[in-house]
Amino acid sequence: MMFVTAMAAILVTMILALLRARRGPTVFDRILALNMLGTKTVLLILVVGFLTARPEFIDLALLCALMNFIGIVAVLRFSKYGHFADR
Amino acid sequence: MRTQGALLVELLELLINVLSWICLLTGSFFSVVGGIGLLRLPDFYSRLHGGGITDTMGAGMIILGLLLQAVLTGLVAATVTPWLIAAKLIMVFFFLMITSPSSCHALAQAALQDGLQPKLPDQTDS
Amino acid sequence: MTAPPAPPRPAQNSVQPLRHSLVLLSVLAIFWLLWSGHTEPLLLTFGAISCLVVTALCRRMQIVDDEGAPLHLGLRPLVYALWLGKEVIEANLHVTRRILDPRLPIQPQLIRLKASQTGDLTRVIYANSITLTPGTVSVDIQGEEIVVHALTRTAADEDKSGEMDRRVTRLEGSDR
Repeated sequence: MMFVTAMAAILVTMILALLRARRGPTVFDRILALNMLGTKTVLLILVVGFLTARPEFIDLALLCALMNFIGIVAVLRFSKYGHFADR
Repeated sequence: MRTQGALLVELLELLINVLSWICLLTGSFFSVVGGIGLLRLPDFYSRLHGGGITDTMGAGMIILGLLLQAVLTGLVAATVTPWLIAAKLIMVFFFLMITSPSSCHALAQAALQDGLQPKLPDQTDS
Repeated sequence: MTAPPAPPRPAQNSVQPLRHSLVLLSVLAIFWLLWSGHTEPLLLTFGAISCLVVTALCRRMQIVDDEGAPLHLGLRPLVYALWLGKEVIEANLHVTRRILDPRLPIQPQLIRLKASQTGDLTRVIYANSITLTPGTVSVDIQGEEIVVHALTRTAADEDKSGEMDRRVTRLEGSDR
Protein backbone atom coordinates (compact mmCIF):
# COMPACT_ATOMS: atom_id res chain seq x y z
CA MET A 1 0.00 0.00 0.00
CA MET A 2 2.69 2.49 0.96
CA PHE A 3 4.67 1.68 -2.16
CA VAL A 4 1.60 2.44 -4.25
CA THR A 5 1.27 5.84 -2.55
CA ALA A 6 4.91 6.68 -3.24
CA MET A 7 4.51 5.48 -6.80
CA ALA A 8 1.48 7.69 -7.34
CA ALA A 9 3.35 10.72 -5.99
CA ILE A 10 6.32 10.02 -8.26
CA LEU A 11 4.03 9.67 -11.26
CA VAL A 12 2.31 12.97 -10.42
CA THR A 13 5.71 14.66 -10.21
CA MET A 14 6.66 13.17 -13.56
CA ILE A 15 3.50 14.57 -15.11
CA LEU A 16 4.28 18.02 -13.66
CA ALA A 17 7.80 17.80 -15.09
CA LEU A 18 6.39 16.79 -18.48
CA LEU A 19 4.05 19.78 -18.39
CA ARG A 20 7.04 22.05 -17.78
CA ALA A 21 8.93 20.35 -20.58
CA ARG A 22 6.00 21.04 -22.91
CA ARG A 23 5.54 24.65 -21.85
CA GLY A 24 9.09 25.67 -20.88
CA PRO A 25 9.96 28.78 -22.89
CA THR A 26 13.71 28.10 -23.15
CA VAL A 27 15.57 24.94 -24.06
CA PHE A 28 17.11 24.92 -20.57
CA ASP A 29 13.69 24.62 -18.95
CA ARG A 30 13.11 21.55 -21.03
CA ILE A 31 16.46 20.06 -20.09
CA LEU A 32 15.74 20.77 -16.43
CA ALA A 33 12.40 19.00 -16.71
CA LEU A 34 14.08 16.11 -18.49
CA ASN A 35 16.69 15.87 -15.74
CA MET A 36 13.98 15.74 -13.11
CA LEU A 37 12.11 13.14 -15.12
CA GLY A 38 15.27 11.04 -15.13
CA THR A 39 15.71 11.23 -11.36
CA LYS A 40 12.07 10.32 -10.89
CA THR A 41 12.51 7.36 -13.23
CA VAL A 42 15.28 6.04 -10.97
CA LEU A 43 13.01 6.36 -7.94
CA LEU A 44 10.09 4.80 -9.80
CA ILE A 45 12.18 1.78 -10.74
CA LEU A 46 13.27 1.40 -7.12
CA VAL A 47 9.73 1.60 -5.80
CA VAL A 48 8.40 -0.78 -8.43
CA GLY A 49 11.18 -3.21 -7.52
CA PHE A 50 10.04 -3.17 -3.91
CA LEU A 51 6.37 -3.33 -4.87
CA THR A 52 6.84 -6.47 -6.95
CA ALA A 53 9.56 -7.84 -4.61
CA ARG A 54 12.11 -8.13 -7.41
CA PRO A 55 15.53 -7.09 -6.13
CA GLU A 56 17.10 -7.08 -9.61
CA PHE A 57 15.34 -3.80 -10.30
CA ILE A 58 17.80 -1.95 -8.11
CA ASP A 59 20.63 -2.65 -10.55
CA LEU A 60 18.52 -1.15 -13.31
CA ALA A 61 17.99 1.92 -11.16
CA LEU A 62 21.74 2.34 -10.62
CA LEU A 63 22.39 2.03 -14.34
CA CYS A 64 19.57 4.46 -15.10
CA ALA A 65 21.00 7.05 -12.73
CA LEU A 66 24.43 6.79 -14.37
CA MET A 67 23.06 7.01 -17.90
CA ASN A 68 20.86 9.95 -16.97
CA PHE A 69 23.82 11.91 -15.63
CA ILE A 70 25.96 11.18 -18.68
CA GLY A 71 23.08 12.07 -20.99
CA ILE A 72 22.42 15.43 -19.34
CA VAL A 73 26.11 16.36 -19.39
CA ALA A 74 26.32 15.38 -23.05
CA VAL A 75 23.33 17.53 -23.97
CA LEU A 76 24.77 20.47 -22.02
CA ARG A 77 28.18 20.12 -23.65
CA PHE A 78 26.44 20.12 -27.00
CA SER A 79 24.42 23.20 -26.19
CA LYS A 80 27.58 24.94 -24.93
CA TYR A 81 30.09 24.09 -27.64
CA GLY A 82 27.81 23.07 -30.51
CA HIS A 83 29.67 19.79 -31.00
CA PHE A 84 30.65 16.75 -28.97
CA ALA A 85 34.39 16.81 -29.70
CA ASP A 86 36.90 17.56 -26.98
CA ARG A 87 37.36 21.35 -27.08
CA MET B 1 10.58 -15.31 28.19
CA ARG B 2 10.07 -16.52 24.65
CA THR B 3 6.79 -14.71 24.24
CA GLN B 4 8.35 -11.53 25.51
CA GLY B 5 11.08 -11.81 22.88
CA ALA B 6 8.49 -12.40 20.17
CA LEU B 7 6.58 -9.36 21.35
CA LEU B 8 9.73 -7.25 21.17
CA VAL B 9 10.41 -8.38 17.62
CA GLU B 10 6.86 -7.55 16.65
CA LEU B 11 7.11 -4.11 18.23
CA LEU B 12 10.39 -3.46 16.43
CA GLU B 13 8.80 -4.51 13.15
CA LEU B 14 5.88 -2.17 13.73
CA LEU B 15 8.22 0.69 14.61
CA ILE B 16 10.32 0.24 11.46
CA ASN B 17 7.18 -0.05 9.35
CA VAL B 18 5.74 3.16 10.76
CA LEU B 19 9.04 4.98 10.28
CA SER B 20 9.30 3.83 6.69
CA TRP B 21 5.69 4.91 6.07
CA ILE B 22 6.52 8.37 7.39
CA CYS B 23 9.66 8.59 5.26
CA LEU B 24 7.87 7.50 2.09
CA LEU B 25 5.01 9.95 2.72
CA THR B 26 7.30 12.93 3.37
CA GLY B 27 9.37 11.95 0.35
CA SER B 28 6.26 11.83 -1.82
CA PHE B 29 5.09 15.16 -0.44
CA PHE B 30 8.38 16.96 -1.15
CA SER B 31 8.62 15.33 -4.55
CA VAL B 32 5.23 16.74 -5.56
CA VAL B 33 6.08 20.13 -4.02
CA GLY B 34 9.18 20.26 -6.20
CA GLY B 35 7.04 19.48 -9.21
CA ILE B 36 4.63 22.28 -8.29
CA GLY B 37 7.59 24.62 -7.87
CA LEU B 38 8.85 23.65 -11.29
CA LEU B 39 5.53 24.78 -12.73
CA ARG B 40 4.84 27.79 -10.53
CA LEU B 41 8.15 29.63 -10.28
CA PRO B 42 8.51 32.53 -12.68
CA ASP B 43 11.85 32.09 -14.46
CA PHE B 44 14.38 29.41 -15.33
CA TYR B 45 16.86 30.12 -12.56
CA SER B 46 14.24 29.96 -9.82
CA ARG B 47 12.83 26.77 -11.32
CA LEU B 48 16.21 25.17 -10.63
CA HIS B 49 15.36 25.42 -6.93
CA GLY B 50 12.12 23.53 -7.48
CA GLY B 51 14.05 20.73 -9.09
CA GLY B 52 16.47 20.87 -6.16
CA ILE B 53 13.73 20.04 -3.67
CA THR B 54 12.66 16.88 -5.47
CA ASP B 55 16.25 15.81 -5.96
CA THR B 56 17.29 16.18 -2.33
CA MET B 57 14.38 15.77 0.05
CA GLY B 58 12.08 13.83 -2.27
CA ALA B 59 14.63 11.28 -3.46
CA GLY B 60 16.39 11.11 -0.09
CA MET B 61 13.28 10.43 1.96
CA ILE B 62 11.87 7.86 -0.47
CA ILE B 63 15.19 6.00 -0.55
CA LEU B 64 15.37 6.14 3.25
CA GLY B 65 11.90 4.61 3.46
CA LEU B 66 12.88 1.83 1.07
CA LEU B 67 16.10 1.32 3.03
CA LEU B 68 14.11 0.76 6.23
CA GLN B 69 12.01 -1.82 4.41
CA ALA B 70 15.13 -3.62 3.20
CA VAL B 71 16.56 -3.62 6.72
CA LEU B 72 13.27 -5.02 8.03
CA THR B 73 13.34 -7.83 5.49
CA GLY B 74 16.96 -8.50 6.35
CA LEU B 75 16.15 -8.77 10.05
CA VAL B 76 13.29 -11.19 9.42
CA ALA B 77 14.62 -13.30 6.57
CA ALA B 78 18.18 -13.85 7.83
CA THR B 79 19.61 -14.02 4.28
CA VAL B 80 22.25 -11.76 2.82
CA THR B 81 20.25 -10.43 -0.15
CA PRO B 82 18.29 -7.71 1.68
CA TRP B 83 21.53 -6.33 3.12
CA LEU B 84 23.03 -6.18 -0.36
CA ILE B 85 19.93 -4.28 -1.45
CA ALA B 86 20.36 -1.90 1.46
CA ALA B 87 23.99 -1.27 0.47
CA LYS B 88 22.96 -0.62 -3.12
CA LEU B 89 20.24 1.78 -1.98
CA ILE B 90 22.80 3.75 0.01
CA MET B 91 25.01 3.89 -3.08
CA VAL B 92 22.15 5.10 -5.27
CA PHE B 93 21.52 7.78 -2.66
CA PHE B 94 25.13 8.99 -2.58
CA PHE B 95 25.32 8.85 -6.32
CA LEU B 96 22.21 11.01 -6.70
CA MET B 97 23.51 13.45 -4.09
CA ILE B 98 26.71 13.93 -6.09
CA THR B 99 25.34 14.00 -9.63
CA SER B 100 22.20 16.07 -9.08
CA PRO B 101 23.99 19.27 -8.00
CA SER B 102 26.60 18.69 -10.69
CA SER B 103 24.07 18.57 -13.48
CA CYS B 104 22.11 21.41 -11.86
CA HIS B 105 25.24 23.59 -11.82
CA ALA B 106 26.19 22.59 -15.37
CA LEU B 107 22.68 23.51 -16.52
CA ALA B 108 22.78 26.92 -14.79
CA GLN B 109 26.22 27.70 -16.16
CA ALA B 110 25.25 26.69 -19.67
CA ALA B 111 22.17 28.90 -19.46
CA LEU B 112 24.18 31.87 -18.19
CA GLN B 113 26.81 31.51 -20.89
CA ASP B 114 24.05 31.26 -23.46
CA GLY B 115 22.98 34.73 -22.35
CA LEU B 116 19.79 33.86 -20.50
CA GLN B 117 19.37 36.62 -17.93
CA PRO B 118 17.80 35.84 -14.56
CA LYS B 119 14.68 37.79 -13.72
CA LEU B 120 15.66 39.91 -10.73
CA PRO B 121 12.93 42.03 -9.14
CA ASP B 122 13.72 45.26 -7.32
CA GLN B 123 15.77 44.49 -4.28
CA THR B 124 13.69 46.93 -2.23
CA ASP B 125 10.32 45.18 -2.31
CA SER B 126 9.84 42.07 -0.25
CA MET C 1 36.71 5.94 -38.07
CA THR C 2 40.31 6.65 -37.27
CA ALA C 3 40.96 8.59 -34.16
CA PRO C 4 43.35 11.50 -34.58
CA PRO C 5 46.65 11.01 -32.79
CA ALA C 6 46.28 12.00 -29.21
CA PRO C 7 48.11 15.18 -28.33
CA PRO C 8 51.04 14.57 -25.98
CA ARG C 9 49.88 14.90 -22.44
CA PRO C 10 51.34 17.81 -20.57
CA ALA C 11 53.82 16.52 -18.04
CA GLN C 12 51.94 16.37 -14.78
CA ASN C 13 53.74 17.13 -11.61
CA SER C 14 51.05 15.34 -9.60
CA VAL C 15 52.52 12.13 -8.27
CA GLN C 16 50.60 8.87 -8.24
CA PRO C 17 51.61 7.16 -5.02
CA LEU C 18 51.13 3.44 -4.72
CA ARG C 19 49.03 3.97 -1.61
CA HIS C 20 46.32 5.66 -3.68
CA SER C 21 46.27 2.83 -6.20
CA LEU C 22 45.89 0.28 -3.42
CA VAL C 23 43.01 2.20 -1.90
CA LEU C 24 41.36 2.53 -5.31
CA LEU C 25 41.79 -1.21 -5.88
CA SER C 26 40.22 -2.15 -2.56
CA VAL C 27 37.33 0.26 -3.06
CA LEU C 28 36.70 -1.25 -6.49
CA ALA C 29 36.84 -4.76 -5.02
CA ILE C 30 34.36 -3.87 -2.28
CA PHE C 31 32.01 -2.32 -4.84
CA TRP C 32 32.28 -5.37 -7.06
CA LEU C 33 31.42 -7.70 -4.20
CA LEU C 34 28.51 -5.58 -3.01
CA TRP C 35 27.00 -5.06 -6.41
CA SER C 36 27.35 -8.59 -7.74
CA GLY C 37 26.86 -10.64 -4.58
CA HIS C 38 28.59 -13.59 -6.24
CA THR C 39 31.05 -15.83 -4.43
CA GLU C 40 31.81 -18.51 -7.06
CA PRO C 41 35.56 -18.87 -7.70
CA LEU C 42 35.30 -18.28 -11.46
CA LEU C 43 33.30 -15.09 -11.08
CA LEU C 44 35.54 -13.90 -8.27
CA THR C 45 38.52 -14.31 -10.59
CA PHE C 46 36.78 -12.26 -13.27
CA GLY C 47 35.99 -9.62 -10.70
CA ALA C 48 39.58 -9.45 -9.52
CA ILE C 49 40.81 -9.16 -13.10
CA SER C 50 38.40 -6.36 -13.90
CA CYS C 51 39.37 -4.45 -10.74
CA LEU C 52 43.04 -4.74 -11.67
CA VAL C 53 42.39 -3.63 -15.26
CA VAL C 54 40.41 -0.59 -14.11
CA THR C 55 43.16 0.40 -11.67
CA ALA C 56 45.78 0.02 -14.39
CA LEU C 57 43.68 2.14 -16.78
CA CYS C 58 43.24 4.83 -14.14
CA ARG C 59 47.00 4.93 -13.57
CA ARG C 60 47.53 5.21 -17.30
CA MET C 61 45.06 8.11 -17.43
CA GLN C 62 47.01 9.67 -14.57
CA ILE C 63 43.93 10.29 -12.45
CA VAL C 64 45.07 8.36 -9.37
CA ASP C 65 46.13 11.38 -7.34
CA ASP C 66 44.85 13.30 -4.36
CA GLU C 67 41.79 14.27 -6.39
CA GLY C 68 40.87 10.80 -7.56
CA ALA C 69 41.41 9.20 -4.16
CA PRO C 70 41.13 11.97 -1.56
CA LEU C 71 42.83 10.18 1.29
CA HIS C 72 44.16 13.36 2.82
CA LEU C 73 40.67 14.45 3.83
CA GLY C 74 40.37 11.49 6.18
CA LEU C 75 37.04 11.01 7.91
CA ARG C 76 36.22 14.72 8.11
CA PRO C 77 33.83 14.59 5.10
CA LEU C 78 31.54 12.26 7.09
CA VAL C 79 31.05 14.82 9.85
CA TYR C 80 30.56 17.50 7.22
CA ALA C 81 27.98 15.36 5.39
CA LEU C 82 25.91 15.05 8.57
CA TRP C 83 25.95 18.82 9.09
CA LEU C 84 25.10 19.34 5.42
CA GLY C 85 22.17 16.95 5.73
CA LYS C 86 20.74 19.02 8.58
CA GLU C 87 21.18 22.22 6.56
CA VAL C 88 19.54 20.65 3.49
CA ILE C 89 16.48 19.61 5.50
CA GLU C 90 16.09 23.10 7.00
CA ALA C 91 16.48 24.76 3.61
CA ASN C 92 13.97 22.33 2.12
CA LEU C 93 11.33 23.28 4.68
CA HIS C 94 11.98 26.97 4.05
CA VAL C 95 11.73 26.75 0.26
CA THR C 96 8.70 24.46 0.46
CA ARG C 97 6.83 27.05 2.54
CA ARG C 98 7.68 29.75 0.00
CA ILE C 99 6.57 27.65 -2.97
CA LEU C 100 3.25 26.62 -1.41
CA ASP C 101 2.48 30.18 -0.27
CA PRO C 102 -0.23 31.52 -2.60
CA ARG C 103 1.52 34.92 -2.81
CA LEU C 104 4.79 33.25 -3.86
CA PRO C 105 7.01 35.52 -1.72
CA ILE C 106 10.36 35.08 -3.43
CA GLN C 107 13.18 37.56 -4.01
CA PRO C 108 15.48 36.03 -6.64
CA GLN C 109 18.92 37.58 -6.55
CA LEU C 110 22.44 36.97 -7.71
CA ILE C 111 25.11 37.17 -5.04
CA ARG C 112 28.86 36.67 -5.10
CA LEU C 113 30.52 34.57 -2.46
CA LYS C 114 34.18 34.27 -1.70
CA ALA C 115 35.47 30.71 -1.75
CA SER C 116 38.38 30.63 0.67
CA GLN C 117 39.41 27.06 -0.23
CA THR C 118 42.78 26.53 -1.84
CA GLY C 119 42.22 23.14 -3.47
CA ASP C 120 40.07 22.45 -6.51
CA LEU C 121 38.42 19.47 -4.87
CA THR C 122 37.27 21.34 -1.78
CA ARG C 123 36.10 24.25 -3.91
CA VAL C 124 33.98 21.86 -5.93
CA ILE C 125 32.64 20.39 -2.68
CA TYR C 126 31.69 23.90 -1.59
CA ALA C 127 29.99 24.77 -4.88
CA ASN C 128 28.14 21.46 -4.90
CA SER C 129 27.02 21.94 -1.31
CA ILE C 130 25.60 25.33 -2.24
CA THR C 131 23.69 23.77 -5.10
CA LEU C 132 22.52 20.84 -3.01
CA THR C 133 20.96 23.20 -0.49
CA PRO C 134 17.61 24.20 -1.98
CA GLY C 135 17.14 27.93 -2.40
CA THR C 136 20.66 28.52 -3.65
CA VAL C 137 22.32 27.37 -6.87
CA SER C 138 25.92 28.06 -7.77
CA VAL C 139 25.79 29.42 -11.30
CA ASP C 140 29.41 30.16 -12.11
CA ILE C 141 32.86 29.94 -10.59
CA GLN C 142 35.11 32.87 -11.44
CA GLY C 143 38.48 32.35 -9.82
CA GLU C 144 38.03 32.92 -6.12
CA GLU C 145 34.39 33.86 -6.37
CA ILE C 146 31.28 31.78 -6.77
CA VAL C 147 28.24 33.38 -8.38
CA VAL C 148 25.14 32.13 -6.60
CA HIS C 149 21.51 32.48 -7.58
CA ALA C 150 19.39 32.63 -4.44
CA LEU C 151 15.62 32.18 -4.46
CA THR C 152 14.85 34.16 -1.33
CA ARG C 153 16.57 36.75 0.80
CA THR C 154 16.70 34.31 3.73
CA ALA C 155 18.50 31.74 1.62
CA ALA C 156 20.95 34.39 0.39
CA ASP C 157 21.66 35.58 3.95
CA GLU C 158 22.21 32.01 5.03
CA ASP C 159 24.99 31.62 2.49
CA LYS C 160 26.42 35.09 3.07
CA SER C 161 27.01 34.19 6.71
CA GLY C 162 29.89 32.07 5.40
CA GLU C 163 29.49 29.18 7.80
CA MET C 164 29.46 26.62 5.02
CA ASP C 165 32.57 28.20 3.51
CA ARG C 166 34.39 27.91 6.84
CA ARG C 167 33.34 24.31 7.33
CA VAL C 168 34.45 23.26 3.85
CA THR C 169 37.76 25.07 4.32
CA ARG C 170 38.22 23.17 7.55
CA LEU C 171 37.95 19.96 5.50
CA GLU C 172 41.32 20.74 4.02
CA GLY C 173 42.78 20.41 7.46
CA SER C 174 45.31 23.18 6.96
CA ASP C 175 44.47 24.74 10.31
CA ARG C 176 44.08 21.52 12.23
